[in-house]
Amino acid sequence: MSLVTLNLGQCGNQVGQELLNVVSNDAFNAQKNCPGVQGKTYYACALDRFFREEQTGELAARAVLIDMEPKVINHAIATAAKSDMWKYGDGSYFCEKQGSGNNWAKGFCVHGPQHEEAVVELVRREVERCDRLAGILTMMSVAGGTGSGMGTYITQCLRDMYPHSFILNHLTWPYSTGEVIVQNYNSVLTLSHLYQLSDGMLVHENDSVHKICAQLMNIKHISFSDINKIIAHQLGSVLQPADVRGSQSDYSGNPVGDLMSSLACHAEYKLLSLSAIPHMSSSSLAYSSFTWPGLLKHLRQMLIANARMEEGIDWQVCVPPVRQGAERTGEIKQLQFNTSLANLLILRGKDVSCADSGAFLHPGLYSSWLPPEAAFRTWSSLMPFNGYEKSATLISNSQSLLQPLNKMVGKAWNMFASRAYIHQYTKYGISEEDFLDSFTALEQVISSYTCL
Amino acid sequence: MTQSIIVQVGQCGNQVGCRFWDLALREHAHVNKKGIYDEALSNFFRNVDTRRSDGENNDITGGKIRSLKARAVLIDMEEGVVNEILQGPLRDVFDSTQLVTDVSGSGNNWAVGHRIYGPACQEQVVEKVRRAAEHCDSLQCFFLIHSMGGGTGSGLGSYVLRLLEDEFPEVYRIVTSVYPSAEDDVITSPYNSVLAMRELSERADCVLPVDNQSLVEIVNKIRYMSHQGKPGHVIKKDSTIISGQGGAGGAEKPFDAMNNIVANLLLNLTSSARFDGSLNMDLNEIAMNLVPFPRLHYLVPSLTPLYTLADVNVPPRRLDQMFTDAFSRDHQLIRADPKHSLYLACALVVRGNVQVSDLRRNIERLKPSLPFVSWNQEGWKTSLCSVPPVGHAHSLLALANNTCVKPTFLELKDRFMKLYRKKAHLHHYLHVEGMEQGCFTEAISSLSSLIEEYSQLDATKGTLTPDAPRLTIAT
Repeated sequence: MSLVTLNLGQCGNQVGQELLNVVSNDAFNAQKNCPGVQGKTYYACALDRFFREEQTGELAARAVLIDMEPKVINHAIATAAKSDMWKYGDGSYFCEKQGSGNNWAKGFCVHGPQHEEAVVELVRREVERCDRLAGILTMMSVAGGTGSGMGTYITQCLRDMYPHSFILNHLTWPYSTGEVIVQNYNSVLTLSHLYQLSDGMLVHENDSVHKICAQLMNIKHISFSDINKIIAHQLGSVLQPADVRGSQSDYSGNPVGDLMSSLACHAEYKLLSLSAIPHMSSSSLAYSSFTWPGLLKHLRQMLIANARMEEGIDWQVCVPPVRQGAERTGEIKQLQFNTSLANLLILRGKDVSCADSGAFLHPGLYSSWLPPEAAFRTWSSLMPFNGYEKSATLISNSQSLLQPLNKMVGKAWNMFASRAYIHQYTKYGISEEDFLDSFTALEQVISSYTCL
Repeated sequence: MTQSIIVQVGQCGNQVGCRFWDLALREHAHVNKKGIYDEALSNFFRNVDTRRSDGENNDITGGKIRSLKARAVLIDMEEGVVNEILQGPLRDVFDSTQLVTDVSGSGNNWAVGHRIYGPACQEQVVEKVRRAAEHCDSLQCFFLIHSMGGGTGSGLGSYVLRLLEDEFPEVYRIVTSVYPSAEDDVITSPYNSVLAMRELSERADCVLPVDNQSLVEIVNKIRYMSHQGKPGHVIKKDSTIISGQGGAGGAEKPFDAMNNIVANLLLNLTSSARFDGSLNMDLNEIAMNLVPFPRLHYLVPSLTPLYTLADVNVPPRRLDQMFTDAFSRDHQLIRADPKHSLYLACALVVRGNVQVSDLRRNIERLKPSLPFVSWNQEGWKTSLCSVPPVGHAHSLLALANNTCVKPTFLELKDRFMKLYRKKAHLHHYLHVEGMEQGCFTEAISSLSSLIEEYSQLDATKGTLTPDAPRLTIAT
């Protein structure tokens, strides 16, 4: 099953490139280290998911690169071509001369409609080259103008064009201390619009990933490339072949479809967060060994205490007693405990059959509508991923993004109260009513997650 | 790739512009070792084959550099300055189709520049600008350089601004204005400045005010460091912000050092649009992020470092020092006190080998000492460009939209009122056809309302504005 990736804007293109590097490296390593039939199936499946073979025998990525200015795309294409392992398809990119200026309205109302035909045509070409389409993955940031504004518009077009395909949006949330001044406006507009269009939104926050780089990977001068590598690792661990049905070597299921059906079961709840364990710099990796019980225990506590990495977890937080049909009150109750709607655990590596994930089935972890057996799924694969002998990733639809979302909406609302920067948006067609609609939609989402 | 056109008006504008082109050539020569006409160069230069004489259509895209022509329009109402440029080492960068000149000058009179020369050379100006625009694939921005105190730069400059807005409404207009200091030698400079400011407030997208006094202080500081520095603190050659060494220019003329600073400001501002980086910032992003309300678009620039020491064993603390310096008064290009006024927004344009973690660390460190307006507590716009400027390993340009420009404007208004109350020199202006006292009252009321807008924002400083109540959802 193949995935068509859409890289939108500077962030989308930079992260998308790292993702393709990670998955291609992992596939090649799997084939090298596990020469048996397992390795071969994994390799074939992984490559088919993200790449196709051109007539020259080279691997071309099933990706479409979109940006409004040429610098980033040129750099991406040149780097990929130099790497000798894979390259971008010829002509699978669209760029214009002038950027969107961090203006969501410009991306959505001007650049989107203007370039709709060209972009949709590029996507259609890639989709037609897939034997079986697993879904479309869009990668973008929510803070800028092109990725967020034009990305939302293109998602809308693709939703209309492929109403029965899965659309998974990968979103990068900016540093809360500000990379772009109008980032909160852009984020609010993006999230409110995407909520109607997307099947699921996988979120990475720059703040959390930065902490992982600083504390776990021991990088002194963290660059965006380090951050993108971590994001690519976590995302790759989700999208690489894994068995969804029970035995460890059947990779034929639809990853995206299965992900959606297990996690995004309700239209009000579409925000998915990722936690992965372990993260270690490659120099320390050689001296460490992991056990499944240890990894799973940490991962479970990371889920409950809402931590994104395995250091600094609050072990005091524990599962509250199971509520027997309790009434939902409106306040954010005991925020330290993170209630989940659904969880998906992906285990990769040696002896994965011995891993016991029963602790995740505790009913106290989940809201009361679904029985834990329906709310929790496990995928597994015997192939070690990206150099880690054993690794586990948890995708969860839970309250973990509630706090950042709340803060983001709060800041945007404050700025909106003074009407600052609004003239830049009304210039291109987003009125104050549109803003109010977006705010209402997101307040609704916050309220739904709070009452989980 | 986008292109920008520089429009330099008046003596000050043309002298600063001349330094700008010299330093731009120097910077590109430094980066572009192979002599290929690349996208970065195309931002400000055209590649032309001058051997062919078949008129206009001899632009060459890509390939080796043949002959570079600046994307500029030079306007002056007296010929001295422009002629000097055309006879100097930069003569090949301009050609005669880019000039608009006249003979007699504006006599330091805004009305002459705006009401007489404006309409008189309107057609010429529009035609030359249009021709320059046609050579551009995708024109993004006009940079207007002028002074506010004189006649041509101020009067004709503001008229040209109006023309640019009418003919090219989609293209951004970033104006670099040299404001007169208190000790200015032109007596009528307050009149000229206030009359021009009205046009700037209405028609420019961003204004970068600069004043001569600050530039003089920076130059003196650098000269002091070069000559009296402690042993072991020798400043590296051609690494100062005022040096034009390595450029095409000949002997250094007076005002060159000060003009180099302004030229460096423009180079750093456009660096992220020209060169690669991990977090790019285009010129339209500046207008988007730094202008919360349409008229409040006056950005205080400050540049660091001013020079680099020749001592190679520089501790890494120097990077943090650069950030601290950017917010100190010595490095600002206009006299103002941002730390004691309210920040509406701030942009940091970093060049060189600086990573996002360094940037974040410094923002965290400096934030507590900088008062930001309540609805924009994290009002930072950041950009990382990987190509450093000539002679430095890294540099930082900070653009602050801050209410500290209010005292500058109040002072300007005071000086204006002193003259206006006595109707001093007013007859020179009123003699010009089309000019009446109404223009003066309108201009001063525009300035007053601008000051009022800044005051209203200032009033919120220090008070704890409660968060606006959020929308509540019925459950």
